[in-house]
Amino acid sequence: MCGLMGICDQSGTLMSGENAIKAMAVQRDRGNGLGGGFAGYGIYPDFPDHFCFHMMYHDVAAKEEAEAVFDRYFTVDLAEPMPTRPVKGIGDAPLLWRYFLVPDEHKLASSEMSPEDFVVHTVMLVNSTIDGAFVASSGKNMGAFKGVGFPEEIGHYYLLEEYAGNTWVGHNRFPTNTPGWWGGAHPFTLLDWSIVHNGEISSYGINSRYLEAFGYKCTLGTDTEVAAYLFDLLLRRHKLPLELACKALASPLWTEIDRMPAEEQAVMRSLRAVYGPGMLNGPFAIVLGFNGGMVALNDRIKLRPLVAAEQGSILMVASEESAIREVLDAPDRVWAPKAGEPVIGRIKGMDWPIHGDLHLSPSEISCAVTGVEDTCETTVEVN
Amino acid sequence: MTTETASGPIEGYIQVDPQVTVDDGVAVIECQSVYYRQLNEAVRKAFADGLKTVRLLNVNGQRYLGTGIKGKDLTIEVHGTPGQDMAMLMDGPTLEVFGNAQDGVGNTMNAGTVIVHGSAGDVLGYGMRGGKVFIKGDVGYRVGIHMKAYEDLRPIMVCGGKARDFFGEYMAGGLLVLLGMDSQLDGPLVGGYVGTGMHGGEIYLRGVVESWQVGKECGIFTATVEEMEALRPVLAEFCTATGFDLDTVMSEPFTKLVPISHRPYGKMYTYL
Repeated sequence: MCGLMGICDQSGTLMSGENAIKAMAVQRDRGNGLGGGFAGYGIYPDFPDHFCFHMMYHDVAAKEEAEAVFDRYFTVDLAEPMPTRPVKGIGDAPLLWRYFLVPDEHKLASSEMSPEDFVVHTVMLVNSTIDGAFVASSGKNMGAFKGVGFPEEIGHYYLLEEYAGNTWVGHNRFPTNTPGWWGGAHPFTLLDWSIVHNGEISSYGINSRYLEAFGYKCTLGTDTEVAAYLFDLLLRRHKLPLELACKALASPLWTEIDRMPAEEQAVMRSLRAVYGPGMLNGPFAIVLGFNGGMVALNDRIKLRPLVAAEQGSILMVASEESAIREVLDAPDRVWAPKAGEPVIGRIKGMDWPIHGDLHLSPSEISCAVTGVEDTCETTVEVN
Repeated sequence: MTTETASGPIEGYIQVDPQVTVDDGVAVIECQSVYYRQLNEAVRKAFADGLKTVRLLNVNGQRYLGTGIKGKDLTIEVHGTPGQDMAMLMDGPTLEVFGNAQDGVGNTMNAGTVIVHGSAGDVLGYGMRGGKVFIKGDVGYRVGIHMKAYEDLRPIMVCGGKARDFFGEYMAGGLLVLLGMDSQLDGPLVGGYVGTGMHGGEIYLRGVVESWQVGKECGIFTATVEEMEALRPVLAEFCTATGFDLDTVMSEPFTKLVPISHRPYGKMYTYL
């Protein structure tokens, strides 16, 4: 059992992190004080185009080693300790630093990678080779704030009420299978994807082996890590439309596929065949945050709770309706999303970092699976 | 929730004691920012002091309201959004919610009546063994899971809206009714896997279901005139509590689902 929330003002208006803290404080009993965390988007307007690395270090040696990597591969425009305040209940924090980085031009050119792949490579390098150094987040104009404690304590520890973001996700952890430690708290992030998750990913083993083949290294000891990397693989690298990525991760049951129209059946069968090792098995409710919006998704038989609401331009999701009521004073609509069907918040005027959109026609979906370029081109932007 | 003090660390979470006032024999409790533990203690104290009605104002997310409370003549009014496991193990009182309820309402409930003037979440009436749960609106997944009956105890749950998958899953006894009348949900009256693993009790659905929606442990029948007459008092009580019109409710044919085996999985782990 864990608790989660996500809020997105689709008009792009910034909201204080206090909203996210309040939503998680109401859901306090969904966790046990062994992990809380948040991610906010649009929070660094002074450095919108820098990759912001939030770092956790167990000791000074780890910090020096990681900083040597940053100095070598990036221009470091600002390095500073993460602002925190003492909060009752929060102790044993690692060294927390943040860095605003631009990939070194020559290193980037000689790597023959995109800036995003260059950053992913750096994250994997730091997490897997530097003992005691962990990347909490690595995206642009966003950051993850997490640690061991109840989420409202963690939120106040990081002074989240002083940040303003257009999208926030939050998490309250009740670790069951893996240790409760600072790096293992949610959200799990890569570039600007952040994932908060309630449930268990019983397919962790096969998912992590599958991801390894694409250069992702699972080092944080919590099952949710694979969900962040899978979304990066499916959405950013394979450019799968969001709808299909969600169907790949929370696949319809075979009996449901049998009842679909023939064309859709063929697509879903191909999708399950191609992305079988990427399917998330087990109970889950997740919220994926990114620059441009958020997506909430349940497993296909709704083994974890998820409630959604709209109030004006604000979309909010949470494990419990009470979290929504704590933040939204008069929601226009409150509903429980159907299992396996994503709830999507999209900020007007911001680039949609996702190839395609929901409500694609069967032929558009089919082209995304088969990769026929000419029809795919037309599906990139749907307003 | 938080207060910054001039010196020392700030508190992450403050547990506020509830304000209780007695108004015309009713204990009125202000619940805003009150932790569930202090709130439930205040409710128990009001009943121990001899009051018969407790009115909870600005409830939001507090768990276990009405849990384990015994006594037929007691009433709890909930204004707001109660938290998980409301009326768990409740034994006699009437608990009325003016708002939506969350998950786990009536978990292992023994006796009494729960009325929700809104919608409710998943896993309602889990292992419920007596009493009544009336939900005016829609309900979620796994509603009525493992409801059971024992001697003269027969739990009853009526939902006025639509339901999602696994309605009446592993049901072992009691009565589960779904009307599909006051719904915000798109799609059919009920999802799939209705009555999967069912081995006791009865499910009545106002309308029809496709055979793929129903678990293979269930037989699907159209409710007879006699069965509808037997159902009438339950529906009448539901209508009185929630404001539906009984004649309208009874104007459509109902589908009845009953188990075809008392031990559907009896041979699952045995060698033949």
